[in-house]
Amino acid sequence: MSTTILQLLVSGIGTGSIYALIALGFNVVFKSTGAMNFAQGEWVVMGGMIAALMANSFSSIAVTCLVAVLLVTIFGMLSERLVIFPLRRPNALLITLVSIGLAICTRSLVMLLLGKKPVGYPGFSKSTTIWMGGVSIQTQTLWIIGLTLAFLAVMHLFFERTILGKALRAAAADREAAAIVGIKVETTVLLSFGIAAFAGALAGAIITPLTLASYDQGAMFSFKGFSAAMLGGVGSLPGAVVGGLALGLLESLGSFYISSDFKDAIAFAVLLAILFARPTGFLGRADIVKV
Amino acid sequence: MTASPRTAVPTSHPIPAQPPSPAGPAIEPAGPRKNRVELRFDGHWPLILVWLLLLLIPLVASNNYVVSLANAALINLILIASLNLLMGFGGQISLGHAGFFGLGAYASGILNARWGIDAWVGLPAAVIVASLAALLIGIPALRLRGLYLSMATLGFNSILFVLFNRLVGLTGGPNGLLGVKPFSLFGWPLDNEIRAFPLIWLLSFLVMLSIRHLLQSRTGRALRAVATNEMGADAVGIDSFRTKLLFFVIAAAMAGLAGSLYVHTNQYASPETFDISNSILLVVMVALGGSGTNWGPVAGTLILTIVPQLLLDYEDAELMLFGLGMLIVLIVFPAGLAGLPQALVQRFRSRRP
Repeated sequence: MSTTILQLLVSGIGTGSIYALIALGFNVVFKSTGAMNFAQGEWVVMGGMIAALMANSFSSIAVTCLVAVLLVTIFGMLSERLVIFPLRRPNALLITLVSIGLAICTRSLVMLLLGKKPVGYPGFSKSTTIWMGGVSIQTQTLWIIGLTLAFLAVMHLFFERTILGKALRAAAADREAAAIVGIKVETTVLLSFGIAAFAGALAGAIITPLTLASYDQGAMFSFKGFSAAMLGGVGSLPGAVVGGLALGLLESLGSFYISSDFKDAIAFAVLLAILFARPTGFLGRADIVKV
Repeated sequence: MTASPRTAVPTSHPIPAQPPSPAGPAIEPAGPRKNRVELRFDGHWPLILVWLLLLLIPLVASNNYVVSLANAALINLILIASLNLLMGFGGQISLGHAGFFGLGAYASGILNARWGIDAWVGLPAAVIVASLAALLIGIPALRLRGLYLSMATLGFNSILFVLFNRLVGLTGGPNGLLGVKPFSLFGWPLDNEIRAFPLIWLLSFLVMLSIRHLLQSRTGRALRAVATNEMGADAVGIDSFRTKLLFFVIAAAMAGLAGSLYVHTNQYASPETFDISNSILLVVMVALGGSGTNWGPVAGTLILTIVPQLLLDYEDAELMLFGLGMLIVLIVFPAGLAGLPQALVQRFRSRRP
């Protein structure tokens, strides 16, 4: 019995890490623009699909994934220059709507260039499962958890220690004040799209060995990432982690103990209950104002 | 979200001294812009005229397919216009409008297909079920601002989608709900496109008319105030929470009505018609048409009806063309297509002062 729970916890944390990465990307763009970015999930799919396409081009899968993630990052920044930057009077709603258009274009681009078939590749380690404390765990799940932790640590250092990270935070806190002290606010938006695309593509590249990637999964990833971000507290980076893990655990425990058919419904019902009880999410602050 | 830059927001219900002529646009009876002819279609006459013209569709249509398109378009118009009421005029973004649509469709359809309850009973039942669901979501969600309603409605729509798919005994699951009977009038079933058209035509007209009346009423003005500045609205004595809740429930009720019309016209419903992507599509159509304008929903409905027909031949590229078109409209005309004539007139005027 306890081994079952352990297994569910590990898989929940694995999925939760993916949601945390997506939620982090969502939060970074939300912080810099105030908008919901519906393209976030498409970058996840794009990362996985590009990595699958190049699976045999490089010496190891890990290098392939890195190249794929960097390509998607460039794509994300290019998208910002093409569709967000030209907006004459940007506001949160308009950017949200534009991101829906961007998501549609990205999805069809992936479909037209990379195909409609689900694709995948082997995990980063040679052996697919290992035994740990009496339960078999997929090694890729451990990679997912480890890489997510590493990425979060890097992000933490970036936002706390580097001048660029501080500029990003300053622009998120007050655009005009940041502009006055010489921060190029438009550049911070570009950078936030880069970080969001990187986080999304990383999530896609490391989950694809377990679930395969298909062009039509993007919207689902976006919604899950959005939910995780809301659950943790929109705009909060630690919140993205807490929200992602909570959503991942909810899904894995809910699908086992209640019903796998109703997995998504259970997760969303609990999510709504938590949000109604604690509107700012676990770690959120003043982004949502109580009337 | 700020109010759209309309030139003249009526601060009181303008009562024209004489009925405006049916052909021309309504002209403000008084005010500083008296001598300036504006491109405004704010009176009821243009609406009545357009709906009278719509009556010609079944007569001039070359085949039944055109009439079925018109039926679908009028049902979509109810959805887009009610969402525009909430989003365009009220500033509240619901990502669950297709969910309320589905709730209405399944409520009315299940009552009919499973228990043989007449469509005329199903129609008010659909409206009531959708309204109650909106109360359930709205009471906790609308006390807060920001992305909160969007998240709550998105979650609500996701839950409904799972239920539509998995409660197979009730909904028919992924295969869809079969065996729904059409509306009937004096024992005469409205069982094809042409017979169903008058009912959909009438109800869509009533919805458009009531939206117009609502917006000109005291609560409608309160809604605009809330959308512009919630704290300011509260300060002048408007209960912003109750105003938002009222319009959220009204919009959901209209979506429920559309759902009942949909299910009894098509005599079928399947879950994917009501998923979040369609909720988002409705939001997009409100924006492309012109959020917070009277004729925006009509423009949005025309896009939603015509564009997919035009893109049918392009198969795989369809999605790409749609996305690109959407981006271009949003970047070049962020106010939406309904604002286009006004923008062109203004540009023309500013060139030749």
